[in-house]
Amino acid sequence: MEHSGSAIAAYHVCKRYAGTKEKAALNGFDLEVPSGTICALLGPNGAGKTTAVKILSTLLQLDAGLARVAGFDVTTQARQVREHIGLVGQYAAIDEILTARQNLVLFARLNHLSSRQAALCADTLLEQFALTEAAKKPVSTFSGGMRRRLDLAASLIVSPSVLFVDEPTTGLDPAGRREVWAAMRSLVATGTTMLLTTQYLEEADQLAHRICMLKEGRVIAEGTPDALKSALGGDWLDIVLHPDTDINFVAHIVKPVARGDLDIDRQANRISIPITERTKALLAVAMALSEAGIEPEDLTLRRPTLDEVFLHLTGPARSANALEVAS
Amino acid sequence: MNPTLYPPARVTQTSSHLVRFGWTITDTWTMTRRDLLHWRLRPATVIMGWFFPVMIVLLFGLFFGGAIRIPQGGSYFEFLMPGMFATTMLFNLDTTMIAVTTDASKGVTDRFRSLPMSASAVVLGRCLADLLNSLVGLTILIGAGLLLGWRWHGSMSSSLGAVGLLLLLRFALLWVGILCGLLARGPESVAAVQVLVWPISFLSNVFVDPSTMPPWLGMLAQWNPLSATTEAIRHLFLNPGWQTGTWISEHAVFLAVVYPLLITACFLPLSVRTYRRLSR
Repeated sequence: MEHSGSAIAAYHVCKRYAGTKEKAALNGFDLEVPSGTICALLGPNGAGKTTAVKILSTLLQLDAGLARVAGFDVTTQARQVREHIGLVGQYAAIDEILTARQNLVLFARLNHLSSRQAALCADTLLEQFALTEAAKKPVSTFSGGMRRRLDLAASLIVSPSVLFVDEPTTGLDPAGRREVWAAMRSLVATGTTMLLTTQYLEEADQLAHRICMLKEGRVIAEGTPDALKSALGGDWLDIVLHPDTDINFVAHIVKPVARGDLDIDRQANRISIPITERTKALLAVAMALSEAGIEPEDLTLRRPTLDEVFLHLTGPARSANALEVAS
Repeated sequence: MNPTLYPPARVTQTSSHLVRFGWTITDTWTMTRRDLLHWRLRPATVIMGWFFPVMIVLLFGLFFGGAIRIPQGGSYFEFLMPGMFATTMLFNLDTTMIAVTTDASKGVTDRFRSLPMSASAVVLGRCLADLLNSLVGLTILIGAGLLLGWRWHGSMSSSLGAVGLLLLLRFALLWVGILCGLLARGPESVAAVQVLVWPISFLSNVFVDPSTMPPWLGMLAQWNPLSATTEAIRHLFLNPGWQTGTWISEHAVFLAVVYPLLITACFLPLSVRTYRRLSR
């Protein structure tokens, strides 16, 4: 099962959907995911995330380039690739009429486990994903979070060496999202290699070892969440004001400290100041506020968020969309 | 990144054709059993499907039957039942289509495609389950027919032959259903097909004599594949029919074999091609 080096490797993959005149879905996509790590593909709608997952999981054929998963070529050795991967697609791909247990047994049988192994496997997975109580209920009665967990469980029947998870928490409420995150974290502990796609920067930050930012079918930046945040350079100083305080006045007096444009959020009464030297900036802002007799609700030093990195990298054209999906 | 640095592929034993064939059988049965589980968990849907044709028989037999004159005399049910058997095979088209569309839209088809299972088992399982479904529906309809006074007068072997012809028609229409299901964009398309089967079944010799229709329409009705199967099984059950002496009537059994084979020859490759195209 173990492979030295990359569990997933893609080299200059291109894909254009037949019959569309639009731009290529993937346009020189490169990716390398070391064994036992989690990589997040992050990008707005239409960046090519799902296309990348579909090609790597053998559901789609690539037009050009080369891709290997678990050491097998996705084009010429699709069958072997399928023996080593698990796929959690964008929709919970489970049979709604069957019960949770019947679903797991079905997929286990189709993974060519004997009926006894299949039953054992189903029970183990139900327990692992806290679904034992609901095992005998039809999936149509499940909440979104439960469906996702069952979907994850169904993908883990043969303990795949590589797991693809396409937007695992899209459309889930916060409780459902937390359930799924917990389930995914428990997988990380078992050493499964995971490729996760998401529109949520927070999700990538929480789960992934490395993040690849995708724009228009290619990777525009990659690295650890920390490295990406540092890449933007410098830190931010946030001031949260009392609703009665004049935000324009405060912006005016702290402007000399900033090394770039202020980010003013009027709804949250927050001013974010890009700074270079932490201590000096903090002192200068504190002094300015104190002299003006303004008492802020909050004054915080922080590193840039991934949202800011993402907006910075993808440019203003995309920012409205990206902000919307990230909030 | 350099493509030559990738770890070499692990050499796995290529499974022999025989082993693969074995898995195809096993996977097909697993897929069929999945549908049988659906019957048990959603009995209402399946039972409705089985009894719907019975309702149509009662509707036509009791409401309109009295107004229709049979050339050789006798009960309208004697005449109607063979046509309803064939029409039921057409009505069952939506069972196939709904199953295929549901799996495709829920991503279940994608999951099957990402599994190391036999690819043909997905379709073969559908095939077997739907044929079983139609066979049960047919049995219920035959039972209802017997209660209403319909009888088969032919030998046991030719009666079984008639059932065989019906299942052959169902088999051919299965591929139409799979293709429509793969092309469908959602439940609306299913509804469209459910509506379309009505004119197709009326434009035949199932309910009335095509010679009473305007000539061009009567011609279409006579050449309808549904009419061929209906005419053929009327021959085999020795039930009364409309036309005698026409070429179509003389060669009804032949046509009831050729039509389904033609439909299969068109739609089976199209369905397979569309399924494969999912990866384009």
